[in-house]
Amino acid sequence: MTALGAVSVRRWSTVSIIAVGGLVGILAILAFGPLFLGSYWTERITTLFIYIILAVMWNALAGYAGLVSVGQQAFFGLGAYVVIRLSNGGMPVYPAIALAPAIVAVLALVLSPLALRLRGGEFAIGMWVFAELAHLLVNLDGLINGETGTSLVAISAFAPDLRRANNYWFAFGAMTIFLALVFVLLRSRIGASVQAIRDNEEAAASVGVRVMATKRTIFVLAAAGCAAAGALTLSTLITFQPKTFFSVQWTAYMIFMTLVGGLGTFEGPIVGSVVFFIVESLLGASGVWYLIALGASALVFSLWVPRGIWGTLSARSGVQLMPIGYRLLFRK
Amino acid sequence: MSVLRVEALDARHGLLKAVRGVSLRVSQGEILALVGANGAGKTTLLRAIAGAHKVWSGTIEFDGADVTNVPANKRTRAGIALVPEGRCLFSGMTVEENLLLAGRTGRKGPWNYKTVLEAFPMLSPIAQRKGGDLSGGQQQATAIGRALMTNPSLLLLDELSLGLSPVAVNAVYESLQTVIASGATIVLVEQDLSRVLRVSTRIACMLEGRIVLEGRTSDVTKEQITEAYFGLRRDAALEVGA
Amino acid sequence: MIDQIVQGVLLGGYYALVACGLSFMYGVMRIINLAHGSLAVLSAFLVWYVTEQLGVSPFVALLIVVPIMAAGGWILQRTVLDRSLRSGPLTPLLSTFGIAIIIDNLLFERFGADSRSLAPDIGDLSYKSWSLPGGVTVGQLGLLTLATAVVLIVGLQLFLKYAPLGRAIRATAEDRDTAELMGINSRAVYAAAAAIALGTVAIAGAFLGMRATFAPYAGAAQLIFAFEAVVIGGTGSLWGTLLGAIALGVVQNLGAQLNPQGFLIAGHLLFFCVLAIRFFAAGRFSGGWLKALRRQPA
Repeated sequence: MTALGAVSVRRWSTVSIIAVGGLVGILAILAFGPLFLGSYWTERITTLFIYIILAVMWNALAGYAGLVSVGQQAFFGLGAYVVIRLSNGGMPVYPAIALAPAIVAVLALVLSPLALRLRGGEFAIGMWVFAELAHLLVNLDGLINGETGTSLVAISAFAPDLRRANNYWFAFGAMTIFLALVFVLLRSRIGASVQAIRDNEEAAASVGVRVMATKRTIFVLAAAGCAAAGALTLSTLITFQPKTFFSVQWTAYMIFMTLVGGLGTFEGPIVGSVVFFIVESLLGASGVWYLIALGASALVFSLWVPRGIWGTLSARSGVQLMPIGYRLLFRK
Repeated sequence: MSVLRVEALDARHGLLKAVRGVSLRVSQGEILALVGANGAGKTTLLRAIAGAHKVWSGTIEFDGADVTNVPANKRTRAGIALVPEGRCLFSGMTVEENLLLAGRTGRKGPWNYKTVLEAFPMLSPIAQRKGGDLSGGQQQATAIGRALMTNPSLLLLDELSLGLSPVAVNAVYESLQTVIASGATIVLVEQDLSRVLRVSTRIACMLEGRIVLEGRTSDVTKEQITEAYFGLRRDAALEVGA
Repeated sequence: MIDQIVQGVLLGGYYALVACGLSFMYGVMRIINLAHGSLAVLSAFLVWYVTEQLGVSPFVALLIVVPIMAAGGWILQRTVLDRSLRSGPLTPLLSTFGIAIIIDNLLFERFGADSRSLAPDIGDLSYKSWSLPGGVTVGQLGLLTLATAVVLIVGLQLFLKYAPLGRAIRATAEDRDTAELMGINSRAVYAAAAAIALGTVAIAGAFLGMRATFAPYAGAAQLIFAFEAVVIGGTGSLWGTLLGAIALGVVQNLGAQLNPQGFLIAGHLLFFCVLAIRFFAAGRFSGGWLKALRRQPA
C-alpha cells in the first residue's frame, strides 16, 4: 500500500490483448498463403517477410541497443554464403537455410568482444569495414569465383511451385520466430536493460545493468536475423553474386524501413517494411530516383519525424499495441 | 541604477524546480553575496542569469534590456560573465590561451591580458602550462582572469573556494580585491559565510529555490543568516533593511 | 620491397588528404560524417566539370571548387548537422548516410556510370617520376600529393594553435557550453569548422581525380579509407591521421604483393588489428601512439 492506494503493475491492456489476438489471427491466415495466393504473390509476400525480418533486426540494434550499424549486409551475405557452402558440401537445401543463421550467430558471437567496444560512428563504419572484409574473403573462395558468383544449384531439384511454397513457409517461419524472439526479449529483463542503455549507458551500468551482455545478445540476434534474411533471399534469387549480397544497399533499405516506421518501437519496423514494400513495388523500376527518394526519406525522417510514422501516431494517441511496457494502476 | 533585474524567475532541472519565483535586483558597484545550502538553487540561478540554463518562466533584465531568451554568448558580449562552479577551464589549452580566447568579445574596459596578469601575479610563471595541469588555486585564478578578459559589467562568481586549500582561497580573495576596487558589479556564491560577509555589500540567502533573506550586509546579523540558511524560521521571505 | 613501401607512403599521402577533413570534423563536433567519401567524389566531379568547361588545369579549378565546397560545408552544418547534433547520438549518422545516398545517386543521374579522370588535364605530372637507386620510383604526382597533405595538416595545426578562430574551435570542441559563456558563438564555430573540413575534402577530391579514376559510387571506398586512416593513427590528432594513412598505404601495397585482393584485405586486417590492440593491449602501455589509440572518442 502506498499513500496513493494500492498499486498494481499490469503488462496487458485491453488494446494490447486485441492487437496481439489480431496479429496471431493474421499470422494464422498468412500461414496458409501459398494455398490461396498465386505464384506471383507468393513470391512477393515472401519478399515482404524478408523485409520485415531485416527491419525488425536493424531496429533491435539501433532502436533498442543504440547501435547504428552500416554493415549488417555482412551477415546478410554471410548467411547466403554459408548456405552455398553447406549445400555444396551435400547438405539438403532447406536444412542448410535453417542452419546458416545459427552458424553466422556463432561468428557474430566471436566478433562481438571487439565490435561492441566500438561506439557511435566508429561502430557504424567499423561494421561496414567488416562487411567489406567479409565480401573480399568470400570472393577468394574458389567456389564463388570472385564477383561472377555461383548458384544454389541444389534448389533446382524442387519444382518451381514447391520451391516457392517452401521459400514462403521458411520465410514465414523465420519471421515469426524472430518476431517472437524480439517480443520475448523486450518483455524480459533485457528489455528494460535495453531502454536504460539507450538512454544513458553509464547510468545503466551503475545500477547493475549488464550492458555488455545485453548488447551482445542483441548483436548476435541481429546477425542471426540478417543471416536468415540473406539465406532466404538466396533461395528466392537462386544466384549468389557477392556484390549483390554484400551491398550496403541492404543497410540503406533497413535504415529506411526503421526510420519511416518508427525507431525503437516494436510495431514501427513492421509498418516501415510494409511501406517500403509498397514503395518498392510501385517505384522500384525507376532506378536512381527511387534510391534518391530513399536517401531523402532517411534524411527527412531522421531530422523531422524522428519517431517515424508509427512512433508519432503511437505517441499522439497513447496507444501501444504490443504489451511490452509496464502500466502502473492506482486503485483508490 | 539597476544593472540586473530578475523577476519571478523559475528554472528547472527536468521536472524538478530548482529556482522558484526568484526576484532580485543588483545595482551598479554592488557586491551581492548569494548563500545557501547545497541544492538551494544558487548555481542554477547564476547559470540562468548567464544564459547557460534555460528559464522556465520569469524575466531577466540586464542593463535595461530583456535577455531572458538571449543565448549565452550574446549575453557575454553584452557584459555578463560567469566563472562557473568547478572552473571549467579548457584543459587542453594553456593559461594564456584560456585568457586570450575570452578577450575576443570586443568589449572595452580595463581588462586585457597584461592587466589580468598584474591582478593575478601567480599566473605569469605558469602562463604556458595547460589548464589540466594546474592546481585548484591556479585554476580559480585563471577562471576569474578569463571572465575578466571579457570586460564584463556584471561578474558572476560561483563557489570560488570550492576544493581549494585555505591558502589558495586567501590568494584568490586577495586578487578579488583588485577587481572589486575597479568598481565591478559582482554576484558571489559562496559557502564560506564569514569571508563573504567581509567582502559583500548585500546578501541574499536561498533555501529550496527561493530567496528567504535579503538585505544590506551591514544590516543583517549572522544569526539571521544562519536561521535563513537552515530554514529555521519557515515564514515568508524576510526583508531586512531597504 | 623498398619500392613497394615507398609507393605505400605516397599512397598514404592521398589517404591523409582524404582523411584529414573527416578527422577534423570528428575532433571538433564528434560527428562522423558518413557522406564524407561521397563529398570527395562530388568534389572530383566538380573539379572535372570546371576543368572541362573553362579549359583550365585542375589546380586552377580548385580555386573555384574549394570555396564552393567550403560554402557547402557551412550550409550543411547550419541545416542538417546542427539539427542532428541536437536530436541525439544516432541522428548525425542516419542523416549523413541519407545525404551520402542522395549525392551518390544524383551524381549517377547527372554523369552516368562512366569512370572519369583528371589525369589527362595535368599533362605529364600524372606519370613523370624520379628513379632512385634500389629500383625505387617516386612519382611526381604522388610526391605532390603527400606534400600537399603535410602542408595542409601543418596549416591546420598552426591555425588551430595560433589563430583566434582556431582557438575558438578548440575551446568549443572541448566544452561547448563553457565556450558559449566566454562569448563564443558555438554554432558559428561549428559552421566554420565544417566549411574548413569540406574545403579539405575538395582538395582531396581533386587529387583523387588526378591519381586515379572516379565514378559516382566511389564514395563508399573513400570513406572507408579515410576512416581506417583515422582509426589506425589514433583519433584526436591530425598527425596521427597522417601516420595512420601512411601505415594503411604501406600495408595495402605489401598485401597486394601476396594477392590482387590482398591490397584491400590487408588494409582491413590492419584496421581490425589496431582496434584489437587498442582494446586489449594498449591499456598496459603509457606512451605515444598507444596512448593516442586508447583515447576513446566520446
